[in-house]
Amino acid sequence: MENFIQQLINGLSLGSIYALIALGYTMVYGIIKLINFAHGEIYMVGAFIGYTTINVFHLGLIPSLIISMLLCAALGALIERIAYKPLRNATRVAALITAIGVSFLLQNGMIYLVGPQVRAFPQVITKKVYSLGSIQVNQTQITIFATTVILMLALQFIVKKTKMGKAMRAVSTDADAARLMGINVDNVISFTFILGSALAGAAGVLVGMYYNSIDPMMGVAPGLKAFIAAVLGGIGIIPGALFGGFTIGIVETLISGYGSSLVKDAIVYLILIVILIVKPTGLLGKNTKEKV
Amino acid sequence: MKKLVVGLAALAVFATACGAKGNADDADTIKIGGNFELTGPVSAYGTAESNGAKLAIKEINEAGGVLEKQLKYVELDNKSDTTESASIATKLATQEKVSVIVGPATSGTTKSATPSVTRAKVAMITPSGTDDSLTLDDQGKVQPYVFRTGFQDSFQGVALADFATDHLDSKKAVIIGDSSSDYAIGLTKAFKDSYEGEIVADENFTADDTDFNAILTRIKGKDFDVIYMPAYYEQAGLIIKQAREMGIEQPILGADGFSNQALLDLAGEENVSNVYYSAHFSLNNEEKNIQDFIKAYKEEYKTEPDAFSALAYDSVYLAKQGIVEADSSDPEEVAKALEKITDFQGVTGNFSIDENHNPVKSVFVIELQKGEEAGGTEVAPK
Repeated sequence: MENFIQQLINGLSLGSIYALIALGYTMVYGIIKLINFAHGEIYMVGAFIGYTTINVFHLGLIPSLIISMLLCAALGALIERIAYKPLRNATRVAALITAIGVSFLLQNGMIYLVGPQVRAFPQVITKKVYSLGSIQVNQTQITIFATTVILMLALQFIVKKTKMGKAMRAVSTDADAARLMGINVDNVISFTFILGSALAGAAGVLVGMYYNSIDPMMGVAPGLKAFIAAVLGGIGIIPGALFGGFTIGIVETLISGYGSSLVKDAIVYLILIVILIVKPTGLLGKNTKEKV
Repeated sequence: MKKLVVGLAALAVFATACGAKGNADDADTIKIGGNFELTGPVSAYGTAESNGAKLAIKEINEAGGVLEKQLKYVELDNKSDTTESASIATKLATQEKVSVIVGPATSGTTKSATPSVTRAKVAMITPSGTDDSLTLDDQGKVQPYVFRTGFQDSFQGVALADFATDHLDSKKAVIIGDSSSDYAIGLTKAFKDSYEGEIVADENFTADDTDFNAILTRIKGKDFDVIYMPAYYEQAGLIIKQAREMGIEQPILGADGFSNQALLDLAGEENVSNVYYSAHFSLNNEEKNIQDFIKAYKEEYKTEPDAFSALAYDSVYLAKQGIVEADSSDPEEVAKALEKITDFQGVTGNFSIDENHNPVKSVFVIELQKGEEAGGTEVAPK
């Protein structure tokens, strides 16, 4: 039992990270029906920004987190303007292929800039371990979980209570009608990218801190897992991303802990396939009939 | 008239024979080829080895050369690419007509160069290609032109199993291995086959994993004396960190894949205690020839040599001994002489070449405490 709770705690930390990345996928998809495959790479860039601010400028965790979120937000907005906006009226496949292209560009650009080797992330949090019986939670796990929850609440506030959030919801329901109502759709889309990318940047710094290891290819696997998490929860639904992220994190950990870590990726992909067959709208999604 | 024709023909045959066989015989130099990863993903290994090889060539020439001729080192860059490695091996052997080739650094590029050197009948000595199958073909027959100076993967696994039993008194071991690399799979198999104790858990991960908490939580409750971890430093560093932070204190045993500063950075120096790994070479070894090598290397390159430079340095000296014992710079003669080398004295140990073209040498197991080398144990082959 203690072992099970310990594995659950491990799973929650991993799930927090997936959830933060999944939010970016879900919001962008909700607004313009684009699966932004470059999202995992923004997370990677976020980790490197955190590495630089801590290592070179000797900032603490919170300033690093904020700087990384700001710069990633700018990068997200830039990518949207350069790579996706010109394709706004093109087919969805064209936009998807561009997203894959941007993802390769960022990976190889970073390899060119910083080299392909794995580097150790500087330790900014004191190594404190809290024990309850044989169950252990360390400071880093608590920080990751707390940061995720705070960012999640902030996001929920922005989407539900602010004017921009209202505009986002309007655009996601019907972009053309929103435009007729005087909403600047382009700005709303940029804002969505900004929000999603900032969250990915935060996830990057948290991961660097948790695992102590970053490299230019680190965005690929978590990016894919977060995408699966978004689909599992219902792509386009914000609480769905949260739910999906935690579910995937916990499932993965329990499989490694009680089965074999070799099949965990296979099972995560199996979940994707089953969801797409059984309930393509995701667990929290509603089945809406498309109007003709 | 007829005599003249025969005479000319004979002369022509003689001349061609000389030309074909000559290599560097007629010149006053003997050519040694270098096939290294000077650029590309594993250029860190290739350039370190290139430095070691160049230092050895320089020393040999300053000491008067080989067979009273100077060595000429011809080096080409294989760009860490298997196709490139095969084509430059051919170029070194057939156009440059070298007597022997040193390199490449990795098992993949060595494997791809094997057909080229076999066709050209020129020996190739890989300093750090550790894959067991490099010197053997599919049928298990020895590759006549492939040699190595570093130990093969399975040999390390056996040595580490012996070390665990003899020096760490372990009766029960847990294996946490990388199941996505041939290197780690070979090490796991060799350890399992020769470990005398019981293996209580055999856990696997793949190279892109970063979260090992789940498997570590699982093994934490088990009763074991030692963790055997066949993996590269990228993952090993993270596993050591996560294990130590979780309170798993048992000794951790790894192979030469641990040998990188990044292991300490990734794990955090305070976590790297009771960690042991097998190495080709240690800077702290007090023996004179090793300290001389370290000093010469530092003077030449302003940095300390690593295992890769040391292995390449030995490979060039091994090539030299081959040429001396063949008493010829003819590549086929050199290859035959290399097969019979015994009692080679190198900075990575003294060894003889066995029937599978592998060196029979001691493994040096380095102990790390608080991120520092705290000692070493020599494990002799059984």
